[in-house]
Parts: sequence; C-alpha cells; structure tokens
Amino acid sequence: MSQPFRLNKEGLINRNKKISFTFNGKKLFGYEGDTIASALIANGIHLVGRSFKYHRPRGFFGAGVEEPNAKLQVEFNGHSEPNVNATEMELVEGLSATSQNCWPSVNFDVGAINNFLKMFFPAGFYYKTFMWPKSFWYKIYEPFIRKAAGLGVASIEKDKERYEHKFEYCDLLVTGSGPSGLASAYAAAKNGAKVILAEDKPRFGGTLLTDDVSIDNLSGKDWAEKIITELKSMPNVTVKNRSQVFGYYDHNMLVMFERVSDHLEKKSKFTPRQRLWYIRAKETILSTGSIERPIVFGNNDTPGIFLSAAAKEYMKVYGVLVGKKPLIFTNNDSAYETALEFKKNNVEPIILDTREEHSSELIDEAKSKGIDIRFSHGVIVANGYKKVKSAKIGKLNKDKNSFEKIETVDCDCICVSGFWTPSVHLASQSGNKLKYEEKIDAFIPDKKKQHETSVGAANGSFTLEESLKHGFENGSNLSAKITETKTEISIPNVNEKKYGAHDKFWCMPLPKNENPKRFVDFQNDVSVSDIEIALREGYRSIEHVKRYTTLGMATDQGRTSNLNGLQLVSNIENKIVPEVGHTTFRPPFTPITIGTIVGREVGMEYMPTRKTPMHEWHEKNNAVFVDAGAWKRPRYYKLGSETLFEASKREAKNVRENVGICDVTTLGKIDIKGPDAAEFLNRVYTNAWMKLPVGKARYGLMLREDGIVMDDGTTTRISENHYHMTTTTAQAANVLSHLEYYLQIVWPELNVNVVSTTEQWAGAAIAGPKSRDMLSKLYPDLDVSNEALPFMSYKEAEFFGVPSRIFRISFSGELAYEINVKSDHGMFMWEKMMEVGKDFGNQPYGTEALSTLRIEMGHVAGPELDGRTIPSDVSLNGLVSKKKDFIGKNSLGREAFNVESRQKIVGLIPIDRKSSIPEGSHIVQDQNAKLPNPKLGHVSSSCWSVENNNPFSLAIMKDGKNMIGKKFFAVSPLKNKSIEVEVISSHYVDPEGKRVRS
Amino acid sequence: MLYIKCPYCGLRAQKEFSYGGDATVKRPNINEEVSSEDWDNFVYMRKSPRGKHIELWQHIAGCRQWIKVQRDTATHEIFQTAKVTEEIR
Ligand SMILES: [Zn+2]
Repeated sequence: MSQPFRLNKEGLINRNKKISFTFNGKKLFGYEGDTIASALIANGIHLVGRSFKYHRPRGFFGAGVEEPNAKLQVEFNGHSEPNVNATEMELVEGLSATSQNCWPSVNFDVGAINNFLKMFFPAGFYYKTFMWPKSFWYKIYEPFIRKAAGLGVASIEKDKERYEHKFEYCDLLVTGSGPSGLASAYAAAKNGAKVILAEDKPRFGGTLLTDDVSIDNLSGKDWAEKIITELKSMPNVTVKNRSQVFGYYDHNMLVMFERVSDHLEKKSKFTPRQRLWYIRAKETILSTGSIERPIVFGNNDTPGIFLSAAAKEYMKVYGVLVGKKPLIFTNNDSAYETALEFKKNNVEPIILDTREEHSSELIDEAKSKGIDIRFSHGVIVANGYKKVKSAKIGKLNKDKNSFEKIETVDCDCICVSGFWTPSVHLASQSGNKLKYEEKIDAFIPDKKKQHETSVGAANGSFTLEESLKHGFENGSNLSAKITETKTEISIPNVNEKKYGAHDKFWCMPLPKNENPKRFVDFQNDVSVSDIEIALREGYRSIEHVKRYTTLGMATDQGRTSNLNGLQLVSNIENKIVPEVGHTTFRPPFTPITIGTIVGREVGMEYMPTRKTPMHEWHEKNNAVFVDAGAWKRPRYYKLGSETLFEASKREAKNVRENVGICDVTTLGKIDIKGPDAAEFLNRVYTNAWMKLPVGKARYGLMLREDGIVMDDGTTTRISENHYHMTTTTAQAANVLSHLEYYLQIVWPELNVNVVSTTEQWAGAAIAGPKSRDMLSKLYPDLDVSNEALPFMSYKEAEFFGVPSRIFRISFSGELAYEINVKSDHGMFMWEKMMEVGKDFGNQPYGTEALSTLRIEMGHVAGPELDGRTIPSDVSLNGLVSKKKDFIGKNSLGREAFNVESRQKIVGLIPIDRKSSIPEGSHIVQDQNAKLPNPKLGHVSSSCWSVENNNPFSLAIMKDGKNMIGKKFFAVSPLKNKSIEVEVISSHYVDPEGKRVRS
Repeated sequence: MLYIKCPYCGLRAQKEFSYGGDATVKRPNINEEVSSEDWDNFVYMRKSPRGKHIELWQHIAGCRQWIKVQRDTATHEIFQTAKVTEEIR
C-alpha cells in the first residue's frame, strides 16, 4: 500500500519501521516517529472530525499543540481516550482512532443540518434559547444539549494504567528546547547550575528542526543535537522530552506533564503511563516560542487549510505533503520558507501576499526559483465542502477593503500565515502583566512578577541571532547568581535569512452579497459575525465577549484565535488592542489526563491505611472492618451466616452477660509531662484536675473557645509529673494540635511537653460482669479486687512477662478494664486474652456492639458531640467547674446557650417497641403536617437495646428534658419511614452507674 | 503551592503545614475577668485584610511548631516568617 503524500527522503521519521493502525475502521500504516496526523495526511486523509456547534467538516490545521480541530477518540494499550490531539499523539502499533462529534459517520453527519440552520445558532444561543419554560430543562433541553454537544466519549472502564507524581527542585527550569531554550540551558549548565530542560515534543530543537539556518557551520538540527547530547552527558542537567510545563503557580512552583510511555509498544508493568512533576525552580526560563496565527477568510475551516509553518513541519519532520497544489496566503516573509520547501520537493506553490510588491531576501529567492507570487492578493473564500478544491482569490485595493479583481484558482491546500504570536501563557500565569508590542501586533511579557525570564520568540524576538544571544546571556546571568560561577561562552556565528516587515492585516473583506462563515475560533465555532452580534448586543469587556461567544474557551485556549478576536473587537470598537486588553491565561496550558492529576492516590493508596497490631487476628477471625478515619476497625466478627444486626446483638449481649474484649488501640493517646502538667490539664478540661492522685484516672471534657464540646476522654496520672491522655479516634490529631497551640502560643510559661503515643501502645478493653474474674487469671500475682483496683484507678504490672498498664475505666458502662502493652506485644496480649478468656465465655466484640453498649447507657460520642453542642446539651454540665477558668468557659455564659428551651439530649423508644429508628431522622409533632414541617430535633444514634430487647435511640431535641413522656414522630424521608416514638431519659440502662463501680 | 520558610526546618512545601488564622489575636488572660465584648472580639471577630496579614501556621508534618507568617492575602507573597515568640513588624 503506497502513501500518496509521503515524500521519498525528507523527514526525521524511521522509515525502517512501519506501524499499522486504523482510522474509522480503515487499516492504514505510518512510520515510527509519525503522529496520527502526519500518518493520516501521508495517506491523503484530511477529513477527521466535525465541528462542535455546526458539525462542519474539519481537518488538520496545525502540527502540534496549537491544533484546534483534530481531536480524536483513540484506543490503544487496551483503553479508550477521548479528545486526543492527533497532531501530538505519536503513532503506536495497533492504535485505533475514530472521529468524534459525528453521527452516523464523519462523511455523513446528521448534525451537519445545524450548519444550514445556523441562523438559529448565533452567539449566546445557549443563553437565549433554553431559558424557558423552566420545566423543560431537565426533560428536553438538557438531554438534547448533552447529546448534541461534547466531543469524545469518556471511558467508563477502570483505568488500569499507572500514573506518578514527582517532586523536583532545580536552579533553572527551561521550558522549551528551541534555540533560546537550548542556549539558556547550556550556559546555565556550564555554570554548574542544576538545570531541567523540558520539551513538549518528542524531538528537541524546536524551530531549529524546520528553519533553514546554520549555527557555527552546522545545520540548525545538527547544532541542536550537539547541544542536547552534551547536556545529556552532564550530571547537573535533566533533559526531558514529551514533557509540557503547563502551569506556573505561586512561589515559583511549576507543574509539568510528562508522557512517559504512550509512544511505546511494550513497557514493563511498573512503567507509568504519564507523570506529573512538581518543580520548585529558583529561576525559570520561558522559551516557549511562538504560534503562527491565521488570516481570517471565508470558509477558512475547510479541511486542507493549514498554518503555513505546520505545512513546512509536515514536510521537514515527517516527510509529508499537505497537498500538491498549494496556495500560500501570507502577510509576512516566513510563509515564503514554506513555499520554498514545496518547491524543493517539486511542488509548484502560488504565493498570495497581502503586501504591495516589494523586495526582501526571501522574496528575491522565491522569485529567482520561479515561484508564482501575487502581491496585494488574498484568499476570499475557500471552495469545497469536505476538502479544499479551489479558492476565490482577490486583488485588494489600496485600502484593502475591496477588490480590484476576483478570480478562482484550483488548489488542494491553503497554507496561511498571519504572523506570529508569542506563547506568553506561563509568564501570564506567573502574574506577569503583559504589554502590547506594536511592532509584532501581539502581547509580550512585561516586568517580572516571580522569577520568570522570557527569551526568544516567547519574548517577541523572532531572529535566531537575537534568540541565541538572549538565551546564552540570561542562562548565564541567572545561574551565575545562584552558583557564583561564571563560565565564558562565545556566542556562535549564525547564518539566517533576513525577514522584511509584515503587513498588519488579519481579516479578508467580503465582496458584496457574499456571506460565507469566517471563523475566528475553530474549536468553538466562533465566527466574525458572532463577535459582531455580541458587540451589537452591548457586550464590551473582552472577558464578557469571550463568555458570550465562547471565543477562546475551548481546550486549545484560543492559541490561534485570541489575537484575531481582539483585533476584531478593537476594529469594531475603534479602540487600539491594548485598550481592549486580553483575557486571562489559566493552567493547564494543554489538557492533561485526570489520571495524572490523581497519580498513585487511587484505591488502597488513596490515603494511608492504619492497622492495629492485632489486625491479622481480626482478619483471620472473620472480622468485617469499618473505616475510622484512616484506621481499620473490626465492626463485627461474623459467625456463620450472621448479619451485622445479629452479630452485633450477640456480641453486645455477651458483654452484658459474660465478658468481651475489644481492640481499642485506635483511641488517641497523648503523653503529657512536666511540672506544670496538672495546671495545664486544669485549663484544658472543664473539670478540676489539680487534686488527681498518682495512680488515678479521670474523665475529662474539652471545649473550644466558643464553648462547643471538642472532645472527651480519660486522663490518668502515671506519676507526679506524667499524665496519659486519651482522645476519641477521630479527634486525636486535632487535640494534639490544640494542646500544642496553647503550650507554644498562649501559655509558653507552662513547663509541659506533649507527644502523641497512639502508635506506641496497643490497647484492649475487657468488659462485662466476668471481666474481673478474667483479669485475675491474666494477672495471677495481682490483687484485682474492687478495693485494690477500684473504678478509675491505674496499675502497672507484668502481663505474662511483658510490661503492661491496667486502667479501670469503662466505655461500655459495664465493669471493665483497659490493658495497654507496647505495640509489639499487642498480638501476644490479644491471643493470651482469647486463650484465658475461654473459661469465662469471652468473645471479641466490634465497634457496632461497642456503640450499642454505649448508646443504651446514654454515653455520648461523635454523633452527639457534633460541633454544635455545649456540655449542658448532652447532660455533661456536671463536669463543668464553676470555680476555675478553662478554655471556652467565658462562652458558656452566652444568652442563647442558657435559654430553657435549648436542645437537650433525650432517649427515644418506638411505641411499637419493634421499629428501628433511622439515624438522622427528624423529630416532628405531626407526620402529616404541611411542608416545611417544623423540626423539633434529630436522632443522633440508634441501636437495638440488648438489655431491654427493643430499639432505642439518642436524640438531640428542643426543650428535651421537658418532653420526656410525650409522643412524637421520627421521620426519615430518605428511608421513607415515619415511626411514632416516646421520649424517655437518655440513660436507658443502669442510670445510676452502679455496674462500673461494682 | 506556597513555599514556607519554617524558622526551625527551612523552606518547605505548603503541604507540610496547616493554617491557624490571624496571629495578632491575643487570648484574654486565664483567671482574669474579661468583658463580654472583649471575649466576643477574641472568639469571633477577625479582620479579613487584602494585603499584608500576619498569620499562624503549624508545621504539622515537620517539627510541629506553630510559626508566624507574614503573607500578602492577594498575591500570596510571603515577606517574613518567625517563631511565635518573635515579633514581626
Ligand atoms: Zn518546622
């Protein structure tokens, strides 16, 4: 199979390696080093997609990141990806690409009827049309828009690829490996600076690969290769191709997107697909070059119309002709190089130059080669629907607003050049206010905002000599400041062609009575008339015009359209461009995959998993785990075919009747030491702490300064100046920061140190009427009687030869103990307990049973301490000292905290004694009342009381204590339930707290 | 992402810190009478300046020290960082 548009020799592709792929189901081949675009063009395929709004046929326009049209759905390596830029994606074996935004096919697209209905699709169409009636939105408008809009289809499969993040630091980051970038990197590297050089394309060199220049008697391409080879050999330099620096953030943080392996046929299992680099650079060289802009004319979106530099790149890099009968349409000299390149490959171009006849080095060369040049000429309208067939061209009058002569010429491609726009996106993102450079009709960076230095074409210097000189100078000076070394480099001799002045001309006029679409923004289908409408309707600010017309809002961020849009607005408004201003540049410069942003933080790696030392035992014994922050805690231990409800009931019942053990390692633990520790605790907690004896524990309540309960837990005095604080699992980190805040900032005079010891201790609670018997078997040499080890006391003793701490504290409301051993001994402790506990009917219990036990006792936890409750709301006012000051005390006197009808904790039981009350239910007087039904409170925690064998809930309810004995409804619209309930005390079981002291 | 100079550890990424609000607010002394107005000002009232702001950050994934940072709230420029015991002018 021959490739009709492939040149025989030209190009940098590897002709020894053929690569087969498919496009819209058709089998084709290209070569290693091709992009999808270059391979398709080589095969004579130009129609690749349909436009966004009008479904007009679209082809390729550029050869890289500037491409507005050629976005394909691409399948490779077993996954499907939408909106892949065909001019950037490299060809890999077996790749399959399909056109987007067309149905049933790109050749026959039903949506193209929009093109004939375009009077209905003017600027602001979406704003105007779908406004009313409101009820039409969900059922009619939205589904219609969703079907008609959008480009590719996102995969719903799990992404199996690997993505990585990398953090890097350097002295100098160079973004772009064109002449100025290479020179900067080289000079800085020679000064010993740590340099990263990033190039978004696969090949280094930028314009040196395509421009007809020489440096020190080497071709541009060979010189680039020489410099890159030397840079790669230097240990202080990192050179990265396929890497786009797409964002410039605060404090000189730049983010780079590296395509690591999309171009590889085979890769190892752990090779990432793409990598995101966070680079903190001391200095940044922005050598991002410039992008050619088009001249606007009729039907300028027809397939076969290219930017002139892209046409040259296809010839010089890929050995591909974009056409065999080219029209070159230009307002400057650079397109002459494209014409000369065609000529060199035996293709006869016609040059249409909007400038009057004049002379320059390039024009003279073109003339001498016999190229047909027509001055004061331009393309009025391209003919052909799916491909350019001919063009109506015109000779412009002196004012360039009408035509002296109009004729039609045959052509199969039009290469257009409207001069060059510096790529200033990174400079702008850094905060640099851009300035308008009259000489080149474009914006360039102004005064530095961060550490960005723009060089070469990105700074508006379009000659090689200047670019190299600025590159070497800036690379050298910026790095010398950092390394304090300066190596002299002689600036090489350059041979390049001198360009004449360009024509400040950007839009072709139309002959009378002709009205073809003239597109400014291809990707979003914004035409000259759309912008005119927006201005006519009163939009003035360029930001408003942008949003109303969607100019420059597509994924290409208006790279080829922004300046033409600005010129149009400034012409109509009779303002100069800098007065109109430019819209904001925002990262990312190019679309990047969500996978890269997420990196390795998926699935199990989404956040760290914290496991207790007993985790393996739980796993082996059919524990079903629940996430408690980053911790995995056993929710229940499944026996046979038990459900959660059955298992937790069994476990809780066993605690009430016999004894159970629970892994409480996850509770936050903080070691507090120092001579002022007691005073500190006295200020942190609401209750009194000055007189707690050594060997005793106390329950404490902590508030925030606004009086809201922050956390609760027990703290034990281990020795004179040493306390052991416990916090809830969820609040452990917050409490530590809170304590550090007061010690470091508010009361630095207190001599106290705090440190987290959560990970250092493994904890197990032994709870139930038989727990003392079990304890005596665990500590045969210790007196564990109620007199020797009373409620809220503490002892240290050996646990089968390992040191341990025994706390007589209880969360379940039963007689209970908590044993702590060093984490390394946790599993040993747990297995011993299981072994010894057999004789007492011991069973492990999980968090579900634990909740049941605490709820029926009326013990509050997270659901009640929800950041809205003060101590008296949750019946903890007994713990609030009236005698001393503490954090948050002054807030408790606030008026609203002390009104009689304020919310209070209560208990609820269903009237039928059967129906479970869903957590989160609202309490209402009348279940059938008109909405919004006044809410009297909410259900915070629910359980099945194992003691009374019926459901029981805790609720926070307005004027709660006075509601006891009354009946209400607990309604949960989410669960579609409404349950009649009776309000009772929150202490449902053992209200006097006898058991814990027994 | 900000680059914050911890007075104890040196320049570190923002990821390692957590924000702690206005550093110029002073808590009324413990065990001393305080008027409702002063207390409310301490608990609730904060300025939200555009421009220079002295604020607290904690080096939570580092040395765990609370530090002072003088930052421009509009541009994120950091002018100075200091230990909490030191003054920022
Ligand atoms: Zn630090």
